[in-house]
Amino acid sequence: MTNKSHSKSITHQKFVLRDCALIAMATGKRARSLIGLRDQLETIEEESIYYHFWGGLLRPQFEDYEYHNDFASWAAHTLNDRTMAERLGIIDPTKYENLDQLRQELVELIDERIDELEEIPWAPRDKQFEFIVSDIVVFTTKQALSEPEALLGIIPKMSLGSIFYHFIDARRRSPQRTDDFTPWLKSFGKRYQDLIDGIMGIDPCLTSLSALRDELTEEFSNHLEVN
Amino acid sequence: MSRLIDQYPQITGPDVIEQLHQLAKPLKGLRVVHVNATKQGGGVAEILQKMIPLMNELGIKTEWEVIEGNADFYTCTKAFHNAMQGDQVQIPERLYKAFEQTNLENAESLKKSLTDADIVFIHDPQPAPLIENIKGRKGKWVWRCHIDANKPFRPVWKYLRNYVSQYDASVFSLSAFAQPLPHPVYLIPPSIDPLNEKNVPLDRSECVAVLDEFNIDPERPLLVQVSRFDRFKDPIGVIQAYRLAKEFIPTLQLVLAGGGASDDPEGEIVLEEVRAAAADDVDIHVLQLPDDSHRKINALQTAATIIVQKSIREGFGLTVTEGMWKQKPVIGGNTGGIRLQVINHHTGFLVNSPAGAALRIRYLLKNHDKALEMGIKGKEYVRENFLITRHIREYLTMMLSLVYGTKHRIDLK
Repeated sequence: MTNKSHSKSITHQKFVLRDCALIAMATGKRARSLIGLRDQLETIEEESIYYHFWGGLLRPQFEDYEYHNDFASWAAHTLNDRTMAERLGIIDPTKYENLDQLRQELVELIDERIDELEEIPWAPRDKQFEFIVSDIVVFTTKQALSEPEALLGIIPKMSLGSIFYHFIDARRRSPQRTDDFTPWLKSFGKRYQDLIDGIMGIDPCLTSLSALRDELTEEFSNHLEVN
Repeated sequence: MSRLIDQYPQITGPDVIEQLHQLAKPLKGLRVVHVNATKQGGGVAEILQKMIPLMNELGIKTEWEVIEGNADFYTCTKAFHNAMQGDQVQIPERLYKAFEQTNLENAESLKKSLTDADIVFIHDPQPAPLIENIKGRKGKWVWRCHIDANKPFRPVWKYLRNYVSQYDASVFSLSAFAQPLPHPVYLIPPSIDPLNEKNVPLDRSECVAVLDEFNIDPERPLLVQVSRFDRFKDPIGVIQAYRLAKEFIPTLQLVLAGGGASDDPEGEIVLEEVRAAAADDVDIHVLQLPDDSHRKINALQTAATIIVQKSIREGFGLTVTEGMWKQKPVIGGNTGGIRLQVINHHTGFLVNSPAGAALRIRYLLKNHDKALEMGIKGKEYVRENFLITRHIREYLTMMLSLVYGTKHRIDLK
């Protein structure tokens, strides 16, 4: 049986295209130094850690990403502690089983840095680290796709909210902690394995949602043909 | 009859409006009431003028009530406003009493409207005590703070906090303004309406006619600051910056345009100070415009070479947003909500002094292409982030959370 006939014999679940937006909320928790940051991180809700790693993708951005998370950015640009920023900036949040493990890693790195420093730098009052959480609201669209080839024309036009939902937020929803495209493509057997490998090779960090959309567009164009 | 909301997809794209309908669907039939202190003048009134009909078109019965007060009440609330922005004001007991009494009287007249409302939005400190005076209220109450509350004068905030902490949620424009409170604190910046007369595209002929009316030369560079005459907007600092820049650009002109708001008793005093500072310079145009001068303000902003908003405290600075929507580079005070909009070297420049403003004025007048590029970026930035459609989306999301008690994820299936 060819891959093509195999796919015809199975009724695949449709890929339902969705969109999303975040709404930010203050936690009332702030930090003015690494000690304050460490102390707050120990108890801050997991949603806040998630927001400070990924929420920046949906915030307006003009500059290139120098650091992937808000903690590293703050260490660099407010505390002027480049060493701390580099160590925090290299953390890959996708490598951790859960946000609590990520929290532990952050706390350990900051503790280690506090031990090294003779003097702890302080942030000015108006540049404190503000811990934020967000609610995500998920919208439906009218698009439900039966075949992966249909995504070829859709991905370049997807909203940034939609890219966030299917490529970033999906990692929290799916048991395999992957994007939404991969498990759907896998449901067609080996037919789209090269495309799956290509998508899995995309680094979701240190980039923007529009750049991620471009990378996804390229992968789909490279591996799929228009019918 | 065509609906207002149907005019927005051409500006925002259809998906944005479709999302509003999805969010509004589970809220249909609810009755929402907004309460503030002025029907005309200032950003809050302008937002509500368009938000109320749009919410109604989305199927949520939305009303707008305005509280009324005497001179003592407005003197007190202006002092609150200044104190929330950091001024160490001493407020006599007599004014506190007038504030409480006014709210008690307004509660009596608004009781019918507010008691059964499903959601009540109370804007700024003026009507904050209503929550205490509406007994047996049924719905969720939200306190919306539009002020730069980054560093409030503590005794006044302590007094207001007694009222604010009774609400079910509060909304601040920026995280830096958010105060610790025993309820969810949302971060929702305000917005402009692209279809408001103040923001629609104008023909050059209409702009030139307005410039003629005020004896402004359309061929010479023009700085425009549109603001209430308020010391926090630093109009005197703008005149100083203009004078420093004019030494290098003798053709430079300045417009300081503002209106009064009925809840601002200090406006006249500041206006006189500004006129005195402008003295007999024929290239400084101090314009006090009526509240409904939206097209004239639009024309002045459209004709501007650079928009200035040199505030030293600023809740958000919707005049910055308006200027960016008209593709103008903005020189803004490095404070409050201006920081969220003016991104150095991208949409304009943040400045800390009249000298800093003068330096950037000279830079932008010398680097025309850069100014042009900033204007284009600024307009797209506003389209993505600061239009009323985004504002409504966030209000609806918050309302869903409050009404249905959802936490962190709202799935609209």
